[in-house]
Amino acid sequence: MQIDKETIKKIAHLARLDFEEKEEKNMRKSMSDTLTWVEKLNEIDTTTVKPLIHMSHEINVLREDIAEEPLDHNRGLKNAPAKDADYFRVPKVLE
Amino acid sequence: MKSYTSLAEIMPQLQDGTTTCVELVKYYLKNIEAKSHLNAFLEVYEEDALKKAREVDQKIKVGTAGKLAGMVIGIKDVLSYEGKKLQAGSQILNGFEAQYNGTAVQRLLEADAIIIGRQNCDEFAMGSSNENSSFGPVLNAIDEGRVPGGSSGGSAVAVQADMCLAALGTDTGGSVRQPAAFCGIIGLKPTYSRISRFGLLAYASSFDTIGIFTKNMEDNAVILEVIAGSDAYDSTVSLEPVPEFSKKLNFAGKVKIGYIKETLENEGLNEEIKEATLKKISFLKEEGHTVEAVDFPLLDFILPTYYILTTAEASSNLSRFDGVKYGFRSFNVQNLETMYKKTRSEGFGEEVKRRIMLGTFILSASYYDAYYTKAQKVRRLIREKTYELLSQYDFIILPTTPTTAFRLGEHSSNPLEMYLADLFTVQASVAGTPAISIPNGTDKAGLPIGLQIMANDFQEENLFAFSNYLLNSNRTN
Repeated sequence: MQIDKETIKKIAHLARLDFEEKEEKNMRKSMSDTLTWVEKLNEIDTTTVKPLIHMSHEINVLREDIAEEPLDHNRGLKNAPAKDADYFRVPKVLE
Repeated sequence: MKSYTSLAEIMPQLQDGTTTCVELVKYYLKNIEAKSHLNAFLEVYEEDALKKAREVDQKIKVGTAGKLAGMVIGIKDVLSYEGKKLQAGSQILNGFEAQYNGTAVQRLLEADAIIIGRQNCDEFAMGSSNENSSFGPVLNAIDEGRVPGGSSGGSAVAVQADMCLAALGTDTGGSVRQPAAFCGIIGLKPTYSRISRFGLLAYASSFDTIGIFTKNMEDNAVILEVIAGSDAYDSTVSLEPVPEFSKKLNFAGKVKIGYIKETLENEGLNEEIKEATLKKISFLKEEGHTVEAVDFPLLDFILPTYYILTTAEASSNLSRFDGVKYGFRSFNVQNLETMYKKTRSEGFGEEVKRRIMLGTFILSASYYDAYYTKAQKVRRLIREKTYELLSQYDFIILPTTPTTAFRLGEHSSNPLEMYLADLFTVQASVAGTPAISIPNGTDKAGLPIGLQIMANDFQEENLFAFSNYLLNSNRTN
């Protein structure tokens, strides 16, 4: 699979990443190489195989529904790069 | 002060007053200082470690010390330790301070282990050489021009170079076993879900396991029995009982062992590693065990399966790093979308971005089935085939790595070349089964060789005992 310019721009936007031109070129190449390499899986017939989704052997581990406060407000906000007393602050969303 | 290689050696000396925890901590602090150029530690908790040491010394006097009293341990920079910085070797978590103890860390502290510092690793545990850390590479103490392996390279070198007695790393595709092999120590990846992942920064959640580095089997076993087991904070963790592994290390009887033909015939396998593995096979035969060659034709499909699934999971897990809630934010922005993009582009390193991009592509609507679902199907085949082998054989043995420690920079220009370093470790990660790497001699240049032993799910007890027997045989043959 070769990744073209348009695809890499679309994927970068979905991943909320930006690339400079040279970086984008390198990324395109290494992604194309890796995707071509993983396509080896197409050599295996999996028509009758169900996808393996859960690795844990536990099923429905439940507990009593007791309300707890695992992390208080101040500590939740502590690591925020920008905040006020109650909220995370971000750049203006609406003009 | 003499250098210790096991808790069994330390404990009686603490009891009879020959040494104290404070002296032990001072000894390791001195070593960390003297070997700081190896870049194994990102932060050393000098004050806390000494404080804890004084507490434990007091407890020893009154006879209330925990199981890990005297154990000075380091933790990889992906494990949450309350009040301490935590940043997965990444700039995107610059300044982040952990707000709680992860379960494994909490259990270590409760058992009176002394945590001495936070250890360097590949960014978000993505790498096989520790060259992807934003804090620079870790150097292998045996040859400082060579890598220690990755991603838990700092933790491996810290144990290798006597900067702590043991360390917790994490293993997603080989990140404990491969550096253990490169550094000549023991590295365990337990069964998936054996240890709670609460407080472990996620890379690929259906693969991630905490792993343990030590210089001897008993220490490894005792740490696992302390940190493993059910946990209210992780609903995926196994409820299987946790035996006292460290008291069950005596191996007796004859077992059936399989070795995978495709690993020994692999063209990338270093000749000396092949010889060392074959020598172990002959030893086992001479000892009267049944050792047979088995086929695993899916070998070449494991790494591609691993990279599809882990990049997909990583792209999802790492979406939380957006500059809003914690860590680094790029402030030179006009609006929210540019803030996300600038923050992530400046904060993540190249390999992390590559895996996020691959994962985003793989999970995108048009390609989801062709890549992601396909890999989940092949994963089932790999797991079934692995289970099948492990129902016929008590253990599977194989080399841990295709080569010994390579040179710094040797594979950094080609990601695919680097990915091959995990060729033999990913099987246990994709299948979820436990595996351990133990030292198996050195090559002519004196670089350590690792031997990997795999067992069936939750068979750590047998895995420890058998590996211990193999390890002891190193001294006699």
